[in-house]
Amino acid sequence: MPTTYTDLIADIRKSIATVTLEEIKRRLDEKTPMILVDVREKEEFRDGYIPGAISVPRGFLEMQIEGKVTDKNAPIVLYCAGGTRSALAAKTLSDLGYTHVESANPGFVRWKDLGLPMEKPPQLTEAQRDRYSRHLLLPEVGEIGQAKLLASKVLLLGAGGLGSPAALYLAAAGVGTLGLVDADTVDASNLQRQIIHATSRLGTYKVDSAEKAINDLNPDVKVIKFQERVDSSNVDRIFAGFDVIVDGCDNFPTRYLVNDASVFLKKPVVHGSIFRFDGQVTTFSPHTGGPCYRCLYPEPPPPHLAPSCQEAGVLGILPGVVGVIQATEAIKLILGKGNPLIGRLLTYDSLRMKFGELKLRRDKTCPVCGDNPTITSYIDYEGFCSIG
Amino acid sequence: MEASSTVRIPTPLRTLTAGNDEVKAAGATVAAVIDDLEKNYPGIKDRLLDEKGVRRFVNIYVGEEDIRFLEGLKTELKGGEQITIVPAIAGGC
Repeated sequence: MPTTYTDLIADIRKSIATVTLEEIKRRLDEKTPMILVDVREKEEFRDGYIPGAISVPRGFLEMQIEGKVTDKNAPIVLYCAGGTRSALAAKTLSDLGYTHVESANPGFVRWKDLGLPMEKPPQLTEAQRDRYSRHLLLPEVGEIGQAKLLASKVLLLGAGGLGSPAALYLAAAGVGTLGLVDADTVDASNLQRQIIHATSRLGTYKVDSAEKAINDLNPDVKVIKFQERVDSSNVDRIFAGFDVIVDGCDNFPTRYLVNDASVFLKKPVVHGSIFRFDGQVTTFSPHTGGPCYRCLYPEPPPPHLAPSCQEAGVLGILPGVVGVIQATEAIKLILGKGNPLIGRLLTYDSLRMKFGELKLRRDKTCPVCGDNPTITSYIDYEGFCSIG
Repeated sequence: MEASSTVRIPTPLRTLTAGNDEVKAAGATVAAVIDDLEKNYPGIKDRLLDEKGVRRFVNIYVGEEDIRFLEGLKTELKGGEQITIVPAIAGGC
């Protein structure tokens, strides 16, 4: 048993594998698979790190490493500032059953002195690190993912049933820019489900009412208001600059217009629709090979077979569930994590409390995204939807 | 004994099935199942099909698969399948 720190570190150095900085640089250049783990404190990491490294401060190593590196046989290279903490960390990982662990010798101080490449994490403010702390703990988000969210721009079509919960959660998540498209004012009959609005804002424009709620919730979010109905003449202007479209509009002509615009402009659309107790959600991303709305429904139903919520009623909570799933899809698309609902239609029956999943396929004969498209510019959508 | 399938009826069509959200129907193909539905629930066939086939705003699935990408109305059924009717809905309000 070692009796002093000097004995302890000498013993550990004998039992672990070390790797030189030159070797790490060579592996980075050759893209040799390895998981670089920076075991320094968060403050040290923030000032710069070896490109691609993940941060697991030594104090959290035992608690966090199995969540971040699930494969115990993965090649892991640990580093710290000088090579001591990483040596101690390497011993810990081998005690935890990791089989392929090396400790860099020396460490990041020397790496920086040598002028080797380094990255700096996105600079979140202290307030942002606090606000998004639960995101920062998730390996799938972290500071890099949160910075992506803050830099992202999501357009919400409709600040109504679906748009309300989607906008609130996207704002809370720190999506940096939210576009809101809605020409209506807040009516008392909206408040049974449109939770972004409030009794105190009855009669005000929905985009203004929603902006107020968003600003109250998260001042990081910039709101861009479009107090208008989207149509063929303004869709290109409204869509410009947005990364993801969340479609929560309430009529077929707009659904087809939004689809065609998203195909032409190569933007993903997170689609949600509701009727009474039923909901449907999917993500259309035809520019990455998925189907589009016209592949799913080549033509709209005749108007008398397509009653609106105003005519048919809707369970107030239903758009909450569907809109929040849409927000989840939007966040996943921005982060590039998980499996989006591309090519899958999620169905939700709130009475039976059942979710279902149906396969959607790209239709090679689709008039807008198929192999030989016949629709290459905007059409008369009102006319297209009134033929029954 | 003819093959029998379970058919999921979407909300807008439940006025035709006395409010039932799931009904049984017999038939060895999707077309035969729809004919059998029509016998018990008159008017439903017209909501699903036109003279060219399945209406373009309705999708019929056998299991998870759209019959447009199987054999259409001729898609054969062994019995016990779940058939799901999914109409286009536009609401977001």
